[in-house]
Amino acid sequence: MDTVIELSGVVAVLGQFPALAGVDLSVQRGEIVLLQGPKGAGKTSLLRVCAGLMPIERGSGHVLGIDLATNREAIRSRVGLLGHANGLYLDLTVMQNLQFWASTVAATESEVSAAMATMRIDGRLAGVRASQLSAGQRRRCALASLIVRRAEIWLLDEPHAGLDAAGRDELDALLRSAVSSGATVVLASHERDRALGLATRTVTIDGGGAA
Amino acid sequence: MNNTTIHKRRIAIAVARKDLTIEWNSRILVNQVAPFAAIVMVLFAFALDNDGILQRVAPGLVWLATLFSMLVVIQRSFTVESADGALDALRVAGVDMGAIFVGKAIALMVQLFVLELMLVATAVVLYGVEMTMVGFCEAIVTLVVATIGLGSVGTLYGGLAAGARGRETLLPLLLLPVVAPVLIGATRATEAAFGSGGTTVSEGWPWIGLLLVFAVLFCAVGTVAFGPLVDE
Amino acid sequence: MAGQSGTGTSATRRLGVLVILMLAALALCGLWFSAEDVVQGSTVRMMYIHVPSIWTAYIAFGLTGLCSAIYLSGKNRSLAWDRVAGASGEIGVLFVAVSLVTGSMWGRLTWGTYWVWDARLTSTAFLFITYVGYLAVRQLGGTHRQRARRSSVLALLAILEIPLVHFSVTLWRSLHQDASVANPNAKVELDGLMLFSLFLGLVAFTLLFVWLVLHRQRTMMLEDAFSDRGLDVAITARRNEAGA
Repeated sequence: MDTVIELSGVVAVLGQFPALAGVDLSVQRGEIVLLQGPKGAGKTSLLRVCAGLMPIERGSGHVLGIDLATNREAIRSRVGLLGHANGLYLDLTVMQNLQFWASTVAATESEVSAAMATMRIDGRLAGVRASQLSAGQRRRCALASLIVRRAEIWLLDEPHAGLDAAGRDELDALLRSAVSSGATVVLASHERDRALGLATRTVTIDGGGAA
Repeated sequence: MNNTTIHKRRIAIAVARKDLTIEWNSRILVNQVAPFAAIVMVLFAFALDNDGILQRVAPGLVWLATLFSMLVVIQRSFTVESADGALDALRVAGVDMGAIFVGKAIALMVQLFVLELMLVATAVVLYGVEMTMVGFCEAIVTLVVATIGLGSVGTLYGGLAAGARGRETLLPLLLLPVVAPVLIGATRATEAAFGSGGTTVSEGWPWIGLLLVFAVLFCAVGTVAFGPLVDE
Repeated sequence: MAGQSGTGTSATRRLGVLVILMLAALALCGLWFSAEDVVQGSTVRMMYIHVPSIWTAYIAFGLTGLCSAIYLSGKNRSLAWDRVAGASGEIGVLFVAVSLVTGSMWGRLTWGTYWVWDARLTSTAFLFITYVGYLAVRQLGGTHRQRARRSSVLALLAILEIPLVHFSVTLWRSLHQDASVANPNAKVELDGLMLFSLFLGLVAFTLLFVWLVLHRQRTMMLEDAFSDRGLDVAITARRNEAGA
């Protein structure tokens, strides 16, 4: 079994506030790990640390064998993060957004079409400006960009939020198929019951640490 | 040329196209910034209140109006990135920051160039400027070279000043001192192009040389420094 | 290491005494013993403050740039380099301000105007504004490392820009042919004692600068350590939130 994420005593700060106050986490390849905990517990920061976006103040961390303290930029192209924001350009249409995204990560036309099909983004929706989409629709676009990324680790922050029932089922199916293709998923959710059926393991985060 | 360089070039082009498409879709430049710049030119006329002086200082006023409008355009350029966390998403994806810089800088240059053309036309109309054919060519060259410099340095400092609270107001303080050489050089070159105050067209070329140095310097430096400045 | 009750050590105290002595000597030489200028009379004595100030400011900003470069290039990136860069930047801004004010006063006394658009004065004003911007960026907040990286890159950019601005301004003023006339500095002929006083001033101000930077970077270190300790407290409080 292959450890893709290994965090030990990690402290990460937002300005002067310790978002993570000594976190230990170990994730194996192919797992779907659910991070649960109250709001403000540090789940978002934990995901950002794993994505190489937030620097580690204390402790040590390795993602895909890469040391977070010295080389976190190298993690970024191999990991996909879906944060609270969707990463869309509001003045562009869905299609324009996805095409831009695809060209920055060197994805092909067919990969984009496949991702759109998976997320049920049809031709009509593709022509709509991102600013006019509902929250759920924006989420689906963000997930489509994530698919196109072909990331090894999927880090998802409240991915079910804003999706309708059909959307949620699709998301679960999507995650399972990603895992069967070799990816690993870590998702944060405070929708306990929903995500429980999906996850292989649950980790509780509270007060900036793993309880 | 290997795969990475080709890929970076594609990224830069994609980013430039994306920014220009956003501008095309939202028309901020045409609807808001251009009128603002025009108003600034009119206000100059009110303040200076003297046709002879206006004609004499027209080049300076064009570039002042450009610099003030540029602040707004740069902030817009980065607001679109942070509105839904798009730049963050690009960073997570490990997209090369230097390529993003080049793309955004090019888009900024295009927008500034359009703005400057409009301002020069306004100066001709409002301030009674008359140009010869050679002067006109010189003016265009000045516009191009100066804009390359402004676009680079503007994107660089715009990235630094973007987003977080208390940062947007930093842009004028950081940027305006840095672009002083462009203001000086572009104004002198434009004076030569307009023939203001008896300057001949040939006097403008050395200043265009200065603008070229500035442009090359900040294109190079910006590509390297943008990533570290913008990253957390 | 810094003493318990302050940032001074025996070394800085000795340095401090030396600085005081040299400044006293400078005052004596500059204000009393040295001769007046043929043209300017007594007002030439401004030179003994004005010139060393700007000289020290250049050293300060050079040091800021150097420490920033070292910070960025080092493998382990010790924050001490960033602190020295920051302290040096602050003191540099101080000395530029002194230089601008004394330069302005000098101009007023000799030529009757507080400000002239000569190349050197204008460039100095730009130097001032640029580093005020640098200080503003240092205040943006975030972790020590974020501050250090941002400021270091900015300091290096400043090193690049300043000559460019200076060159442009000089070129600009050369069009107007009045550059050398407007600068009171340019036409002073220095005899032996005046020259000595000037050098004395340069040395005294440089030592003063060193003394100030040593103390300032130590207070910065203490400030950083204080906020780190604050972090420890915050971490404990945060962990205690769990299960609350």
